[in-house]
Amino acid sequence: MSQAVVAKLKQEYPAAVVDVVEHRGETTVTVQKEDIVAVCAYLKNEAGYNFLCDLCGVDYLGVEPRFMVVYNLYNIATKERLRLKAAVAEQSCCIDTVTGVWSTANWHERECWDMFGIRFNNHPDLRRILMPEDWVGYPLRKDYPLQGPDRQPYQGRLS
Amino acid sequence: MAIKETMTINMGPQHPSTHGVLQLILELDGETVVKAVPHVGFLHRGVEKLTEYRSYHKALPLTDRLDYLAPMSNNLGYVLAVEKLLGITDAIPQRAKVIRVMMAEVTRIKSHLVWLATHALDIGAMTVFLYCFREREMIMDLYEKLSGARMTSNYFRVGGLSLDLPAGYEHDVKAFIDAMPGHLDTYEGLLSGNAIWKRRTIGVGHISAADAIDIGLTGPALRCSGVDWDLRRDNPYSGYEEYDFKVITREGGDTYDRYTARLDEMRESCKIIQQCLDRLEDGPILADVPWVCLPPKKDVLTSIEALIHQFKIVTEGFKPEPGEIYQGIEAPKGELGYYMISDGSANPYRMKIRPPSFVNLQALPQMIEGALLADVIATIGTLDIVLGEIDR
Repeated sequence: MSQAVVAKLKQEYPAAVVDVVEHRGETTVTVQKEDIVAVCAYLKNEAGYNFLCDLCGVDYLGVEPRFMVVYNLYNIATKERLRLKAAVAEQSCCIDTVTGVWSTANWHERECWDMFGIRFNNHPDLRRILMPEDWVGYPLRKDYPLQGPDRQPYQGRLS
Repeated sequence: MAIKETMTINMGPQHPSTHGVLQLILELDGETVVKAVPHVGFLHRGVEKLTEYRSYHKALPLTDRLDYLAPMSNNLGYVLAVEKLLGITDAIPQRAKVIRVMMAEVTRIKSHLVWLATHALDIGAMTVFLYCFREREMIMDLYEKLSGARMTSNYFRVGGLSLDLPAGYEHDVKAFIDAMPGHLDTYEGLLSGNAIWKRRTIGVGHISAADAIDIGLTGPALRCSGVDWDLRRDNPYSGYEEYDFKVITREGGDTYDRYTARLDEMRESCKIIQQCLDRLEDGPILADVPWVCLPPKKDVLTSIEALIHQFKIVTEGFKPEPGEIYQGIEAPKGELGYYMISDGSANPYRMKIRPPSFVNLQALPQMIEGALLADVIATIGTLDIVLGEIDR
């Protein structure tokens, strides 16, 4: 079923779909970040993926482009999942917001900005959400030390 | 001359009705809420960052501390996610699956009891609070007997369970589910027909189905807006497809509907637990996957091979092949999701938790704007949030 959706998506946006991966029965579609809003709107309105379960960032330090923004979608009618990803480079660390497609993206995108420093263009309220407002740095980046920025690295065992 | 200006007040983070460290900045016009802005993050402990520095087995206790009112549900989501990542979902023995479902449903009742207790207390019904905590204590005893801990159970394991049920445990569970429906009748007798309770809940905190889907509500909050979606039935895990239970839905989408629906969910949970007890058969509790599962403790104490085996798994862990998965479960508060990425090493490369309370709280402003200040308290209660999993 999700193969049919992916095939239609490729047909509709041939330039946007970069890669399709199947792993453990789950489909992951990587798209160009410029097309993310159009693809999300298409999947919501035409393919029935009306529920955004989750949105998060991933830091692949040492890989170019460095970041991935991941969208876990759900279709309440057919009970199917689909995962979208878009790569974001460190130099232009921004991507368009999908709050216009699903309002629930609001807090998820704030968290992603808070933790990874990925800016969401046109977001209605892009503030830090978990960390204090005046915090410096982005804690979930791989080059951010576990102990925090202003402490000696921990020398003992972690677990 | 009438003065028209609004007043901004600060509710929380140390307010008894905010259920933890939630801060709300409320803009009021008299008693009416004009604007509400929630502030979260006071309990942020960096659980997602911490997991990246631990092997898969050692990250498990961190999940207890997310929704600390439903630790076994968090454990269940995590172990299912890791098992999916490893591709060993089909290897989990039947006994382990049945016990997992049984404890997940006991946990659902436990979580709903705290919800009802605090929700009723916030609205002014002190008696219900005391009764609910009396019943919750029975569940605490069940937890303690099983795992040794009352709150942070850490009972499930990747591949199965840490321990088998103690002798006579089925009898204790049976006694609990036999008593529970009567207790539920007591709560209903105290609240359902109560004029004050009805005035405080009917029509309060209303949200429509379309708005609820758009803002990402899950769990009882979504089902009470008329959306018939329960992951236990629709994307079954841990053998839920074999059980017979009703998915409770309501059409009204207000606080009273969410109250009656959660009570009915507890009754359904009792039925599922009864089916679990009927299905319990002797058998192994850990999958036969030696490169993932710890050997039985009694073997470790008597055999050198088992000791070496345990040593290797504790020090090195196991390495799932690179890939990524998402596993969602129907936790008491909604969809609890784990999105995990493995890079082929012994630690998760990235683990994103999708906490139901985080997303449900996002709906609060649109549910209370235009309502009275007193309704804010009822609406926070009905959303059933836990700050431990919002802030992670």
